[in-house]
Amino acid sequence: MARKQQVKITINGRASEALVEPRTLLVHFIRESAGLTGTHVGCDTTNCGACTVILNGKTVKSCTMFAVQANGAEIMTVEGLMKDGQLHPLQEGFKQEHGLQCGFCTPGMLMSSLALLQKNPHPTEADIRWGISGNLCRCTGYQNIVKAVQYAAGKLNAAAQGGSK
Amino acid sequence: MIHKTSPEVGGMGHPIKRKEDLRFIQGRGNYVDDISLPHMVYGQLVRSPYAHARIKSIDTAKAKAVPGVLAIVTGEDLAKAKLAWMPTLSGDQQMVLATGKVLFQAQEVAFVIAEDRYAAADAAELVEVEYEELPVLVDPKKSLDPGAPVLRDDREQKNNHIFHWEVGDKPGTESLFKSAPVKAKVDAFFQRCHPAPLETCGCIADFNSATGRLTMYMTSQAPHVHRTLFALVGGIPENNIRVVSPDIGGGFGNKVPIYPGYVCAIVGSLTLGRPVKWIETRSENLMSTGFARDYHMTAEIAADKDGKMKALRVKTLADHGAFNAAAQPTKFPAGLFSICTGSYDLQNAFCEVDGVYTNKAPGGIAYRCSFRVTEAAYLIERAVDVLAQELKMDPVELRRKNLIAPSKFPYKSPLGWTYDSGDYETNLNKALQIAGYAALRKEQEEKRKKGELMGIGISTFVEIVGAGPAHSFDIAGIKMFDSAEIRIHPTGKAICRMGTKSQGQGHETTYAQIVAQELGIPAADVTVEEGDTDTAPYGLGTYASRSTPTSGAATAIAARKIREKAKKIAAYLLEASEADLEWEPGKFFVKGSPTKAKTIQEIAFAAYTNIPPGLEAGLEAVDYYDPPNLTFPFGTYICVVDIDKGTGQTKVRRFIAVDDCGNIINPMIVEGQIHGGLTEGMAIAFMQQIDYDESGNVQGGTFMDYLLPTAVETPNWETDKTTTPSPHHPFGAKGVGESPNVGSPAAFVNAVVDALSHLGVKHIDMPIAPWKVWNILKEKGITS
Repeated sequence: MARKQQVKITINGRASEALVEPRTLLVHFIRESAGLTGTHVGCDTTNCGACTVILNGKTVKSCTMFAVQANGAEIMTVEGLMKDGQLHPLQEGFKQEHGLQCGFCTPGMLMSSLALLQKNPHPTEADIRWGISGNLCRCTGYQNIVKAVQYAAGKLNAAAQGGSK
Repeated sequence: MIHKTSPEVGGMGHPIKRKEDLRFIQGRGNYVDDISLPHMVYGQLVRSPYAHARIKSIDTAKAKAVPGVLAIVTGEDLAKAKLAWMPTLSGDQQMVLATGKVLFQAQEVAFVIAEDRYAAADAAELVEVEYEELPVLVDPKKSLDPGAPVLRDDREQKNNHIFHWEVGDKPGTESLFKSAPVKAKVDAFFQRCHPAPLETCGCIADFNSATGRLTMYMTSQAPHVHRTLFALVGGIPENNIRVVSPDIGGGFGNKVPIYPGYVCAIVGSLTLGRPVKWIETRSENLMSTGFARDYHMTAEIAADKDGKMKALRVKTLADHGAFNAAAQPTKFPAGLFSICTGSYDLQNAFCEVDGVYTNKAPGGIAYRCSFRVTEAAYLIERAVDVLAQELKMDPVELRRKNLIAPSKFPYKSPLGWTYDSGDYETNLNKALQIAGYAALRKEQEEKRKKGELMGIGISTFVEIVGAGPAHSFDIAGIKMFDSAEIRIHPTGKAICRMGTKSQGQGHETTYAQIVAQELGIPAADVTVEEGDTDTAPYGLGTYASRSTPTSGAATAIAARKIREKAKKIAAYLLEASEADLEWEPGKFFVKGSPTKAKTIQEIAFAAYTNIPPGLEAGLEAVDYYDPPNLTFPFGTYICVVDIDKGTGQTKVRRFIAVDDCGNIINPMIVEGQIHGGLTEGMAIAFMQQIDYDESGNVQGGTFMDYLLPTAVETPNWETDKTTTPSPHHPFGAKGVGESPNVGSPAAFVNAVVDALSHLGVKHIDMPIAPWKVWNILKEKGITS
């Protein structure tokens, strides 16, 4: 077994530190060292996206990265979406538009959707479908997830316009 | 007639937002792998690389030397405790850990327990098993050959035959076939699929040696039945077992059986006195847990020249893998496959199924389907299209000629079912109108002239869901009723517990809506709790679209019992006679003076504070509901596809789904389930198969090989409904979650075959991958 290494990762604005094996997957660091179990594991092959988090502004599948590779990084997980007790418009959209059923893919979907809207605040339906195409859902058939992202885009854009007046 | 409640109350028919969503969108669901207990350790299964091999020796020395390893359990160890084998839900037995030989690739051979999951995985790699390879049997058609290797030497019967099951009138059917001027035949293989819920199976077994209690957190669609089976097989008193099924990340039938990993975790916890967590990897899930389908089917229809169908004959070979681990009601080895006469009015039918063993993973579970109903619906809907082709008749016209007329309900099918209600033609007409069927056919004709490939597929399916009734249905001897318990608190809020278990179906919302409907207590004030066998009343669980037909019914009946008591309290409070009281959701009032009323909340408070003389305190009821019959949801699905001649790629351009599931509790949730089921149906039709090579190696063991559709391949589904209530269900509901998965594969395949029918193509087996279509196009000289 390789020597353990000290890793410090800022997750949702809070630093998490642990001594981990070099092979420890980032997703296990997030779930077990930081205790944030919203990020899920659904496959072994980087297909399902249930483990998607935002690392230094970009989405990554945290099952396909070692914790040591994320040393010093800033990560956002689903637990970081809510601000001041208010649901993020994406969270609101998923609830309003029935964008989830079993809820297992939802955290990863939310992270991919957030990254999409940050890059592209006015996505077309095709943009949204491509934007979440790295995340698999077994329950919804995606139709209402698309609507949920559209709901959030509308709300975020309205707030942005309101703010610039 | 359902009394419409206000949106604030949120009874039947309101698209209220789901109560369970709040925790899921915050990442605060509680799935089994999210649970962490003090002193918890991790289990990892060692699995066989061979499909059929004798185990010559197992050497655990190197594995035991891995730091952090606590114990390694083998089949021989389990045999000493008489736990090497366990019963399946189909009256067969299955090895927990292999003794003697392995029978499928990825079979469980040993169980390693270590302080953390990495150490457990390391050690599992180091368990040295010496195998002697044996001849492998992967083709079920060869299972019954005289020279075939006998796979199951634990059985007295020395061949690979599991069961023969037949139903219907064989001579009557034969005579109709003899005299029929037209016959159509299709050989259709419904390939081996896997439910592949996004969360794999797993558990934490926590045996407390001080109290003698076992708490089992597990991904279970049927927690009560699992508790009973653990008690019966493991010898732990049932009162000392608590099964907790926490949030489940999708089930689709995959989480109905008991898997070896669960049993090993229990053994591990009993041995070590520490909680043992076992969580499957995705490959383990796809390669070893309950697969579905694998039915090699032949259907023949006898008909008149004008298209009136007379009789159906079905012969099927069912590949059950190494152990018959299908989750089926005891009396139905082929499930409800005899619904295969579908929505058509036939004079006679005969259906036979033979189950056989092969060197493949065990199962035959009901994947989003009420026990082999998907296979049946696919077969008849495919066969009807083949008949239409034979007769050169439009598939809609042929169906219209043969659909069971509304006046014939309750309809007795030739294979023995009594369909509760239906209006198939009205449903068909609605779908045709939404699709613009005539215009589509015209477009197709024009496209054909230009050499373009477009197809229209129809499926007018019927389902059979909601098992019991208890006189016919049981799982491992336990009758298939289901339950609900409702308690009204003094302030008029309520908690309900059911014997079912949601895996994403939205029970926390829909059951609350039933209570809201029946008692007028706002759905927001009703907490629904399932999955803890210490608190919930006994039930058979959630699968086979049975929650609404059984526990939903129980909820309504329990609420009505509460209403009866509430009436007595209201009479006392209003100083009126019970006979003078009338009910509307939320209150009792004196006939003719609506202001003289007591709300359900006032009545609830009085039940604890101002109890009428002679009446028990409290306001609660429980109901164990045994349905008098199954329910028969139905629908019409129309699929429009365009096929790329160059690549053979099929694009689903439109899909119209008009479902009839009787009265609807929450239309938003119903629509969501239809979207999801259609997407799964599309995946089966075009993308998915758990295949095996000739050595028994799994060909679909990861999500790189076993494909799930993404948002890009998935079209927008066009949904609508008709409403034909079930006459025997307390609020006229039928169940819906599985309809789209049952009814849609035929619509997809019919559409592709329709696009190619002018080339003489009559059938293509699923999954219809582009290469299959491309090969056909090449053969027909359409593409080069």
